[in-house]
Amino acid sequence: MKKLINSPDTVVTDALAGIAAAHPSLAVDIENKVILRAGGPTAGKVGLVSGGGSGHEPLHGGFVGYGMLDAACAGEVFTSPVPDQMLFATKAVNGGGGVLHIVKNYTGDVLNFQMAAELADDEGIEVASVVVNDDVAVQDSLYTAGRRGVGATVFVEKIAGALAERGASLAQVAAVAAEVNERSRSFGVALTSCTVPAAGKPTFDLADQEIELGIGIHGEPGRTRAALQPANAIVGIVMDAINADVRVDGDLLVMVNGMGGTPLIELYGAFNEVSTYVTGHGGRIARNLVGNYITSLEMQGFSVTVCHLTSTLLDLWDAPVDTPGLRWGR
Amino acid sequence: MDADFFRAWIAEIAAVVEAQRDHLTQLDSAIGDADHGINLARGFSAVQTALAAADTPTPGSVLLLTGSTLISKVGGASGPLYGTAFRRAAKSLGDKPAVELPDLVEALAAALEGVKKLGAATEGEKTMVDVLAPAVAAFGKAVSEGAAAPAAFAALTDAADAASHDTIEMQARKGRASYLGPRSVGHEDPGAASSTLMLHALRDVAARQAG
Repeated sequence: MKKLINSPDTVVTDALAGIAAAHPSLAVDIENKVILRAGGPTAGKVGLVSGGGSGHEPLHGGFVGYGMLDAACAGEVFTSPVPDQMLFATKAVNGGGGVLHIVKNYTGDVLNFQMAAELADDEGIEVASVVVNDDVAVQDSLYTAGRRGVGATVFVEKIAGALAERGASLAQVAAVAAEVNERSRSFGVALTSCTVPAAGKPTFDLADQEIELGIGIHGEPGRTRAALQPANAIVGIVMDAINADVRVDGDLLVMVNGMGGTPLIELYGAFNEVSTYVTGHGGRIARNLVGNYITSLEMQGFSVTVCHLTSTLLDLWDAPVDTPGLRWGR
Repeated sequence: MDADFFRAWIAEIAAVVEAQRDHLTQLDSAIGDADHGINLARGFSAVQTALAAADTPTPGSVLLLTGSTLISKVGGASGPLYGTAFRRAAKSLGDKPAVELPDLVEALAAALEGVKKLGAATEGEKTMVDVLAPAVAAFGKAVSEGAAAPAAFAALTDAADAASHDTIEMQARKGRASYLGPRSVGHEDPGAASSTLMLHALRDVAARQAG
C-alpha cells in the first residue's frame, strides 16, 4: 500500500486541518470533525447538515458554503459519523428555522442520524431528514437494506441548499430534497478496488481484465462482475440499468462522476457516450457535471447520475453556489 | 457477578476484539466495507479509557457507560447496535450491586430486543441477531433448568458458535451485505462473528473468576 499520509490514524484529521488551512470561508472543528460555514448560522434560514464516512471527498465537506450545506460531519474512512458529531453540527447551524439532515441510505448513517435527530428534538430543535437512495444497482425490496445513496446526494445538497438560501421553510426544503431524490437514478462501475488506510489492503480483488458492475461508494462489491470492455459498451450497461428503472427522456441533469482514480480524459470520453445514449433515447442533457464529486478513495471507476428536471429544479440548480467543490453565479 | 466482573468482561472483549481485529475486518471485506474489526477495536479501546476514568460501582453502570461510549465513538451500524445492546442490558440490571445468572439472562434478552428493534432485524437475515437470539435462548433454557454457571455459559457459547457458522449459508437481507444478494452466501457474517467473540469473552471471564 502506497499512500500519501502521515499515518492511518490521522488521515481524517490531517485532511480536515488541510481543508481549514485552504478555505478561510469554512470553520473546521477538528475535535468534533465537523466542517461549518465561517460566520455561524444565518438567522431564520433552514440549516442543512449532511455527513458520512470520509474517503468520498469533495463530498460532504467540500459542499459546505453559500447555496449548499451549512455543516458536514466527517466519519472515519467509510464509517458513518457518530450522533454526538451530528448533534453538535445541528446545534451549530440552527438559525431558528430548523435543520434538514441529508442522509445517504446506509444502515450506519441512517441509525446514527436517527439517534442524532432524537437528541436534537430533546433539545427543542426541529429536524427533518431526507434519506437519499438513488442507486439502481440495488434491488429495493424487503430483502435488502434498500437502495444506496450515491451521486444524487450532490444534486440534493445543491438544490435543497439553493431553496434554503431563498428563505423557504423546513417543510419546503425537505420536500424539494425528497423530490430531487425521487427524480434521480445512479449506477456505478469499478475498474479497481480501493484500500482503506487502516485496513492496508484492497477491499476486494479484481483481475486485470475484470470490472465490477453496480458498485457502491465504499469499495463494497457490486451486483456482478464482467470482462473489461470499451467505454461505449460499459456506458451502455450503465445507461441501460438506469433507463430500465426510469426512462432517460426529457430535460436531464447528468453527472459523470469519477471514483477518485479515473482521469478526466476518461470521464469526458464516458460523458460523450452518455450524451449519445441520452440523445438516442429522446432525452436532453440540460446541465451536467463531469469530474470527481463523490469518490471512493483511489478507486478507478465512475458512476452516472441522472435527474429528471422541472423548470423549478433547473432554476434552483442554476442559483449561485460558493463552496470548495461547486462554485458558480456569485 | 459484581461491577468488577463486568469490567473484566469488557476488558476481555477489548483484548479479544483487538486480537481478532484483522480477522473481523477480513470477514467484512468479503461482504461489507472492510471496517468492522477496525471500528470495534477503536470503540472498545475508547470504552476502556472511559471505564478507567469513571466511577462505575454497579454492573448496570459499567454496561451503561460501555454502551454510551460505543454509540459516541464507533459510528457505522455496529456502534449504535452494540451501544444499544449494552445500554438495554444495563437498564435491565438496574442499580443492583451484584447480579445472578437469571438477571444476566434477562439482561441479554433485553439487549437482543434492543438490537432487533433498532436494526428492524429478525432471525435468518444474516446479522448479529442470528447469533444473539439462539445463544440467549440456550442460555436462558440452561439457567431455568438449574444449570450451574459453567454449564450455562457453555450452552451460551456452543449455541453462538453453531449459529455464527450457520450464517455462512444465509443470504443477507439487512445491512451492507444485503446489496450483494446471492453473492453474500458463503461468508460468515462479521456481526455474528463479533457477537460470538463477546459471548466467548463472557464465558472465559466467568470461568477465570470461578477457577
